[in-house]
Amino acid sequence: MLDVASLKVRYGAIEAVRGLDLSVGKGEIVALLGANGAGKSSTLAAISGLAHWSGEIVFDGQSLQGHSPEAITRAGIGLVPEGRRIFAGLTVSENLLLGGAVHAPPVELRRRAARMQERFPILAERRHQKAGLMSGGEQQMLAIARALMAEPRLLLMDEPSLGLAPQVVEAVFDLIASLRDEGITILLVEQNVPMSLDIADHAIVLAQGQISVRGTTKEVAESQAVQGAYLGH
Amino acid sequence: MEVFVQQTINALSLGGIYALLALGLAVVFSIVRLINFAHGEVMTVTGYGIWFILLSGFPVGLAIAFGVMAAVAASMTMERVAFRQMRGADVTTLLITSFALSQIIQVVFQAGISARPVAVILPGWLTDSIMIGSVRVGMVSVLSIVVVIVSLVFLRLVLTRSVTGIAMRAAAEDFAVVRLMGISANRIIATAFAISGILAGIAAVLWVASRGSVDPLMGAIPVLKAFIATVVGGLGSLGGAVVGGFVLGVVEVYLQAFLPEDVLPYRDAIALSIIVGILVLRPDGLLPGVSTNRS
Repeated sequence: MLDVASLKVRYGAIEAVRGLDLSVGKGEIVALLGANGAGKSSTLAAISGLAHWSGEIVFDGQSLQGHSPEAITRAGIGLVPEGRRIFAGLTVSENLLLGGAVHAPPVELRRRAARMQERFPILAERRHQKAGLMSGGEQQMLAIARALMAEPRLLLMDEPSLGLAPQVVEAVFDLIASLRDEGITILLVEQNVPMSLDIADHAIVLAQGQISVRGTTKEVAESQAVQGAYLGH
Repeated sequence: MEVFVQQTINALSLGGIYALLALGLAVVFSIVRLINFAHGEVMTVTGYGIWFILLSGFPVGLAIAFGVMAAVAASMTMERVAFRQMRGADVTTLLITSFALSQIIQVVFQAGISARPVAVILPGWLTDSIMIGSVRVGMVSVLSIVVVIVSLVFLRLVLTRSVTGIAMRAAAEDFAVVRLMGISANRIIATAFAISGILAGIAAVLWVASRGSVDPLMGAIPVLKAFIATVVGGLGSLGGAVVGGFVLGVVEVYLQAFLPEDVLPYRDAIALSIIVGILVLRPDGLLPGVSTNRS
């Protein structure tokens, strides 16, 4: 579904991603792991059109070269950004509405919002409240629900568990697994390596903008680099 | 007491015009981080539009409608021709672009029409006074207050009920994420300039109605006042722009009306000292913009 080849992302003199190749198959979760500054978020920024890049990114047979973030979203790629980035001054309902605004007519939009509120009861309870007043976990649920409003075929998730309480982290990972079971393809950027390896089908470990380990989650979990650096063995 | 009521109506009227202008600046600033000093020239375009249509013998209603439409066209053209090419540039570059645009338009009007004011002859009912109880007030002042209230209510409806309006509020918080929702950046920015143009057009109609003339520099002082109002209210905050506009109008009119005669020459110094005082006490303005997300 997504094929990335020789991807380079550069911010001024700094090369954040240095020739990355990766593929995400339909219905898979691929975990993109690595330490801070390894190039994970830059990869997602490139795919979603928020960073300048060179190389090749092909989604469903169509090159994303030169596409704006708007066009990429319309093509069926959703992003749950790092730090959630919900619209704090807007209500929960307004946040949801914007998530699907250009993807569906008003009647369908209301139906999708109702479905999201059914799935995330807290969003139904808080629908008239300003989103900035919710807890971190609730905001994360809103960020995911907002991205789902567009009914993306590929969901890019950037550190969805960052800064959340352990119970909430578990709920977020359960949700990600259930989204995959519903047929949504997911590219997951995470620092929580053990839990990511639990739910993902494949994993890639980045270090300094390049791949250090890749394979099935089992292969990656058993690799020496991951055992030593991330799993504490 | 009568004087106080009269001056309060004048203050609200002037404050309302500043509020409309400040709101126009704030709508654009909140999204593209540009203080558009050519916003004053949008007013000037409206003024000359009204003058031209009245001079051609058409009724005042048509002249006003044409003036406001000319403002929208001018504002959107500025965005398309000058500011779109500068998108993503730093604040200083944007500021210089807006000053350059402002100067160019002023010179075009000076060379093309006249450097001197031209009279705009409005119908008598618009320039007369009316009695409210025992207080005599200018029709334009009363109309200004009504028009400002209607405009603000309408703008609020647009910003809270329409998808584009909600997207504009969201863009003021995080433009990149709005684009990630698939919403077109061009559409949001063009709408912001259109709204800004409507507000400047309405403000210009009220300004011209109360002064009866148009000149190439007509918009320069009001836009400066509107800039002060946006800063006092809280840069980037729409509610703040409105509050800032009214505060500035009230301060100016009350000082003019109630300062002792020998202190009157220092009116502007005192007004600006009050503004500085407000900013010392509230550096982010009276109603700062939305804070960032919680952790």
